[in-house]
Order: sequence, then C-alpha cells, then structure tokens
Amino acid sequence: MEILVCVKRVPDTAENEFELNSEGNDLDRDDLVYSVNEWDNYAVEEAIQIVDKIGGNVTVVTVGDDESEEVLRREMAMGANQGVLLSDDAFEGSDGKGIASILKAGVEKKNYDLILTGAQADEGAGQVGGMLAAMLDIPYASLVNKIDIKDDKKIVVGREIEGGNQEMNEIELPCVLSIQTGINEPRYVGIRGIRKVAKVKIPVKSASDLGLDTASIGSGAKVKRVDYFVPDIGDGAEMLEGSTDEIIEKLIEKLKAKGGLS
Amino acid sequence: MTQIFVYIPHNHDIAEDIAFEYLDAARKIDSSASVTAVVAGSGDNLDKVATSMASLYKEVIKLDNEAFAYPNSEIIRKALCSIISSDAILLIPHNTFGMDLAPGLSIKMDSAFAADVVDFEGVDGSTLKIIRQELGGAVSTHVSCDISSGAVITIRPGSFAPMEDGTESGTIIDKSDDIKDVSSKRQFLEIVEAEVGDVDITKSDALVSIGRGIEEEDNIEIAEELAKAMGAVVSCSRPIVDAKWLEKSRQVGTSGQTVKPKVYMAMGISGSFQHMGGIKGNPFIVAINKNAKAPIFQVADVGIVADILEFMPELTEKIAG
Repeated sequence: MEILVCVKRVPDTAENEFELNSEGNDLDRDDLVYSVNEWDNYAVEEAIQIVDKIGGNVTVVTVGDDESEEVLRREMAMGANQGVLLSDDAFEGSDGKGIASILKAGVEKKNYDLILTGAQADEGAGQVGGMLAAMLDIPYASLVNKIDIKDDKKIVVGREIEGGNQEMNEIELPCVLSIQTGINEPRYVGIRGIRKVAKVKIPVKSASDLGLDTASIGSGAKVKRVDYFVPDIGDGAEMLEGSTDEIIEKLIEKLKAKGGLS
Repeated sequence: MTQIFVYIPHNHDIAEDIAFEYLDAARKIDSSASVTAVVAGSGDNLDKVATSMASLYKEVIKLDNEAFAYPNSEIIRKALCSIISSDAILLIPHNTFGMDLAPGLSIKMDSAFAADVVDFEGVDGSTLKIIRQELGGAVSTHVSCDISSGAVITIRPGSFAPMEDGTESGTIIDKSDDIKDVSSKRQFLEIVEAEVGDVDITKSDALVSIGRGIEEEDNIEIAEELAKAMGAVVSCSRPIVDAKWLEKSRQVGTSGQTVKPKVYMAMGISGSFQHMGGIKGNPFIVAINKNAKAPIFQVADVGIVADILEFMPELTEKIAG
C-alpha cells in the first residue's frame, strides 16, 4: 500500500510559553521551540504499522521553508521511506485551501492508496485533510482512532466522536483520513535514528515544479490572520501568592468552604 | 443583504444546543442578515426538530431522506451543495460532525473557510471579521475572511449566547425532493460505546485532575494520594489517556466524560476548550500550573503558579494532618 502522510512543523505547545512581540501583533518567535505537530506523529506511526503488516511504502510530505526539512527527517527516522518538501516563497500566507491546493499538486500522478494527516495542527482548524479529499474527489474521515485494512479496495475506520464513543465506517480506497492522538503509541526516535537519515537527500519542489497557478495560493488567500492578541477576559483566576505554606493554608480554607474536602 | 444558513444537528428528535446559539453568532456577523435553519433527517424525529426550530427561525428548510437517519458527512455535503446559494454564509458546529463535513463542503461550494470561530466583529464590505484561537487556546487571533463568494464557518459550541425561548412562528419548507444523490463512498456501520471504567468520575463531588504536568506515569501516585486525602477521585486530560497511563473512562472533555463536581483541581492541565467542554455545573476550579500563561488561569476560580510534583505532596500532607 502506498501511503502519504502530510506533516507540519509547529511551535511546541508543551515546550513554550507564548508571548506577543513588542508590537503586540505577532508571537515573539525568537526563542520558540518547534517540533513535529503532535497529531502527525500518530499518523506516521499508523502508516508505518500498516506497511509493516501488509507491505508498501510511506512518504512524508510537508509545505514549509528550509527549516521544515528537520520534521521530515524526524519522521523518516521513525521509519517513513522518503520525504518531500514543497517549498516556494509564493506559498507564504496560504490559508487552509492554499495548503490543500499545494498538497493536491504534490499528490497528483502519484497514485497513493491512503493519505493521512493529523486531525489538527497549531492553528486548530483541522481543515487540510477534508479539503484535500474534496479536491481529489475521494472519500474522507476525520478524527480516526482505528484503522482496519480489509483489502485493497476498502478499509474500516473508527472515528472518535463525542463522549468517547467510536463511530465505525467502511470507506473506499483511495481516501484521506485525519488521525486522532491515542490511535497508537508513536515510537521513540533517538539520536542514532536521526543520524541514519541525516544524509538522505530530500527533494524540494517549487510552485513551477508542481505546475501550480499561484493565484489561489499564498497571498491570494481569502482567509488571513490579521494579528495575534491576548484577550481581556475579565479577572480570570484569583492568584494565590506567598510562601508555599501560606498558599496551602489559603487553598485549604477555600476548599473547605466549597465542599472539596470531606 | 447577508444570507446566513445554519445547519441544525440533532440527536433523534432533540436539536443540539448549538441550534440555540447560532442566532447570537448570526447577529454578530450582521444584525440585518436573513437566517435560515437547515435540518436533515428522516421521519417523525425530523418533523419534531423542524417544528421546534420554527419557533426560533423565520425559515426552516427540511430535508427528509432515509439516508440522513444517521448523518454521513459525504451525503450531507452533497445535499447542502444542492440547496444553499453559493454566496451565502453557512454556519456549522465545530464538533466531530462539523469537522468531518465543513472543510470539504467549502471546497465543493468554492467558499472561504474558517474553523472553530469563537466570536465575530461584523462585516466590513466583503470582509467578515472573525476571532479564533490558536496553539491550544494560548493566543487569540483576528482573522479577515473574504465572503464575496460565500463562506463555510464552524463555530465553537458554547461560545455564543443561547436563546432561551423562541417566539418565532417560522415557515417550514420541505426541499427533500431537491436531494437527488445520496450515494457515498463511506458507509456508517455502528457506534461502539465507550467502555465503562473501574471508577465513575462523573459521580464524584471532587476531582483531582491531572494533565501533562504530571510528566511521568509513576507520578500519578502523587495525585492518587492527594485525592485520597481529599476524598476525591483522580481524573485526567487527554494526553494522559493517549499515553495509556489511565483508562479512557477517566478522561474529562468533549471526547471523554462530562463531569459535574463541586470542586475541580486542574493539576498541570493547560485548559484546552475540548477539556473545559467536559466540565459542567460551574464547579470551583483550582488550577495549579508552572506556566503562568496557561489558558486554564483564565477560567479557573483560584490559580497557583507552581510545579504540581512539588506542590501536591505538601498539600496532601497538610490535608491529611
């Protein structure tokens, strides 16, 4: 089975405290720690497990700048067979539809049986997989937390829906699935694994390589982020301060009053 | 005039809460907009939902087809494309169905797409001004959306003020006959219900809930000890279940359990909206997190900036005496 996994380099929410820059319109990006979007690791792990079971090939692709190459290498160290970087100044400013259009151009003529994305990334939209499927006119399922390969024509997928329930669907191949965390346990990637793929050449494809009309991508986007801000949401929490003993004393008093200690 | 359609999701014969929240969202987009509800389903359930929606909306479009008995996003997408004018704004909930439906629908309608919107700041010419969040709620963003060829927008449930009672006597328009194609390359099979765990976190008055800040599986014991001293139960956020450190039945959130405790101790939990969506009944929320910028401090009643691994044992000791 030929599997493509779309991945993204994102600011790591577990490693950063996000602050605005001095103009107050963008993140202060000077010391941000970036990593692979968490959901994408689950998607790559799932692709590798499928190929281990039934054979095939896993390709990882990303739309990004030179620095995005590191996330492709990391996923190749996990076990993806090859990586492709789609990169062009003209891609800058693309909205979800722009990114999906770029990926579509990268996918065409490749005959992938299965295309996986993370269920969402840093922007929290969860949009690219569903858009790509619609552009390719192939079926889509989001928030997938189980994949069962039936044959080369169809698979059964579980979708995580409200309340922790699972919605089971049969879906025809080729298709696009967005992968939810928890579907598997992504393997650990050590320094040795990274070193093994450090020298592998990763092809870079530009807008003209992909035959892309740049009107619909990049700065032609219909949806644009104007700025970042921290909302004024009223008072927020009453912050307890002082020595640990003082804080604990105040906290216990409050917990008793609210019925939290029995 | 701005034309807004809203998609009404429903469980059997009851419209979901979002159905009552769209009107506030529509008003914030354009207070003079015409708003039409669209409800798809089959038989008596559909009729009941359509009737109840006619008390909220001037116009309710009803789509009756056996294929809509369980909502399949591919079939619903085709149906919506055939009845909604392509320059309209369509509102859909940002939930597991909306996430399945909306992105692809925006491509087929050739409309702009914005996801998980928490607020609107009106229309300026052909630009809709939108507020949403990024990075798990750590920052908010202003977004401009060109609506000149329509827009598909998912809105976050619970972000807009619900209508209490409807006084409208709206018209129900049956457009079922406009739906020609209900084929799909994806077939719904069944719902597998969530497993019941050893502990029922929904029954407890006090929860010690742990997130990423617990760092290692072995540290869960520290939270268990605090819970024991408090007479509470340990629950958790999603990453703890993803790591297989606790059972799914312990997870609080939209994709886990909905809890209604009196006291909720959020320990090393950042406070994503999916997590907060599982906490109902306005409990007293104590947030302890070493990141002073964690979104949880915006919604908690009391906040403490501390490392839970150091703070919890001290708190346990004081409570246990």
